[in-house]
Amino acid sequence: MANEKKTPEQVKYQKLVKERMPKSQTFSQCVRAFISGGIICCIGQLMRNWAQQGMGLDEKGTAAFTAIVMVFLGATLTGIGVYDKIGEWSGAGSIVPITGFANSIVSPAMEFKREGFITGTAAKLFTIAGPVLVYGVGSSVIVGLLSLLFK
Amino acid sequence: MDYLWAFVIGGGICVIGQLLISLTRLTAARILVIFVTAGVVLTALGLYEPLVELAGAGATVPLTGFGYALGKGALEAARESGVIGAFTGGITATAGGVAAAIVFGYLNALLFTPKTKM
Repeated sequence: MANEKKTPEQVKYQKLVKERMPKSQTFSQCVRAFISGGIICCIGQLMRNWAQQGMGLDEKGTAAFTAIVMVFLGATLTGIGVYDKIGEWSGAGSIVPITGFANSIVSPAMEFKREGFITGTAAKLFTIAGPVLVYGVGSSVIVGLLSLLFK
Repeated sequence: MDYLWAFVIGGGICVIGQLLISLTRLTAARILVIFVTAGVVLTALGLYEPLVELAGAGATVPLTGFGYALGKGALEAARESGVIGAFTGGITATAGGVAAAIVFGYLNALLFTPKTKM
């Protein structure tokens, strides 16, 4: 086959390319994820501090306020088409934060609008959020029950 | 100082997600499910709380933090009101975020159409 015609040097070179390419890509993607994820968390920290010191909310109020604002930002930036652009650069840095959770809710819902308000938009809100809630809430109930057993 | 730790820990958690995506080709949906479940389990083991104390939003904003809120809510409510609490605690603690996701998600989907379709 085509491989037989290649000189040993070429084969060696291709091997080298194969070994190095994904790794160096992975590394730069990790750097991007680190920077963008860090920035998003700093915005979250700003909200936390604002809620705690500015509005004097308690622990639970602070957590709720931060979650609501971050979800609002993620959903709105997705709506106006900015979040996907951020995502192209930042990879997991835009998926892992809760803003990415909001993005995963808005994107499919927008996409399937033509299938109607109920089986389109409303159902597709939960394409990814559904599994997240199933496993998240499910495991929280299990953990709660187990804590009663091992009290 | 708050912001430094939020940046480092939050960024670090995202790097773990990036490694999972790059090296194992996991989809975003799987990453989110794994992270939320990991957050619940780590909270139950008592390993996530110290991270939240250290890094604040760096630990609560990533989806593991959503798991932390779920797990912590369920554990605290179970301690107070037993089996009922184990069922109600998680959703009660995360109600704000979930309701916001539904309301803002729905409104944005209604108002906008996808632009980045290429």
